[in-house]
Amino acid sequence: MAAELHVELVAADRSVWSGEATLVVARTTSGDIGVMPGHQPLLGVLESGPVTIRTSDGGTVVAAVHGGFISFADNKLSLLAEIAELADEIDVQRAERALERAKSDTDAGAERRADVRLRAVAAH
Amino acid sequence: MGAQLRVYKRRIQAVTATKKITKAMEMIAASRIVKAQRKVAASMPYATELTRAVTAVATGSNTNHPLTTEAEAPARAAVLLLTSDRGLAGGYSSNAIKAAERLRERLAAEGKEVDTYIVGRKGVAYYGFRERKVSESWTGFTDSPEYSDAKKIAEPLIESIQKDTAEGGVDELHIVFTEFVSMMTQNAVDGRMLPLSLDQVAEENTGKGEILPLFDFEPSAEDVLDALLPRYVESRIYNALLQAAASEHAARRRAMKSATDNAGDLIKSLSRLANAARQAEITQEISEIVGGAGALADASAGSDK
Repeated sequence: MAAELHVELVAADRSVWSGEATLVVARTTSGDIGVMPGHQPLLGVLESGPVTIRTSDGGTVVAAVHGGFISFADNKLSLLAEIAELADEIDVQRAERALERAKSDTDAGAERRADVRLRAVAAH
Repeated sequence: MGAQLRVYKRRIQAVTATKKITKAMEMIAASRIVKAQRKVAASMPYATELTRAVTAVATGSNTNHPLTTEAEAPARAAVLLLTSDRGLAGGYSSNAIKAAERLRERLAAEGKEVDTYIVGRKGVAYYGFRERKVSESWTGFTDSPEYSDAKKIAEPLIESIQKDTAEGGVDELHIVFTEFVSMMTQNAVDGRMLPLSLDQVAEENTGKGEILPLFDFEPSAEDVLDALLPRYVESRIYNALLQAAASEHAARRRAMKSATDNAGDLIKSLSRLANAARQAEITQEISEIVGGAGALADASAGSDK
């Protein structure tokens, strides 16, 4: 059996995804970081963006996280985000509409959120 | 039907209608408690992970942060009071307000000025009626608070604690909310939220025999703490809001249950009175008939002579 790490992806109001994985790629404020089993304990600040989780059965889970933290210790990785959505849950058309609306309203926050969602879907 | 009996019948009808309403409110509140409790449970993973992260920073580095440093001479404190938007919940809001009053007195005795922040229409009305100054207030979501509400509340609080006291900032942040102990017990409690004592957080969480490893901080311990602490405060406020919502529904359920019971008692005693009135009416009618028949018999007996 290949080495695995346990991943918990939690949003403020729910647990989004949890399971075993072989690789997790996330973007911290100082650049992309890939965590594999046996990584040294880590605590980092996440940028808004897609997080890629390669599950132990060979699948890939992509989630959009809007800010948050990554912490890894004892082969357990937790991704904390105020808002986190799996790419499968994202309504592309709605996100596109939101992006256009945000652009015309020059609402930077909403524009960023919609952009993160679309990037997560694209990476899926 | 006699006048007395009619009055009783009408009152029984009115009380029955009220009983139906309170019974419905009781059942609605009961179903909402379950929903609110589920929300509290759903927010737990985030809160636990966040606490772990804060503990990790606390044990892994000696960084100082405005949110964790004690002021030498605290001169002003902020009090965040959580009440409900709607009434008919027994002593729920007034208990929380009373707890806040006690806290105010204590803080005033320590020589601190108190800034009040209020959540819920009931608290706003209480302070408004007494024309007290409220720094900021939020209403409209105490039934089922969302994380964005907690964020909205935390923002000005964190801002004011980071400001200098001379410029209108505060040194401490206290929160008063109703803790949900069980379906039957809810306590209005107050606690100091900021400045956060990292040692205390660490003590509470490493007591379970868990030794935290030395973390690598990305990009640096200061930056992590900078990003982490506001989230931690938000999550604590969110948890308090959720517990307060569960408590509110539990208090409302209890109040409505006793209202329903009282209505039942009232209907019972009113029906007894109504029965007595009906019986008295019948007795009177019988005696009138008997008396009338007797008088007729007497009269006809007299004419026969």
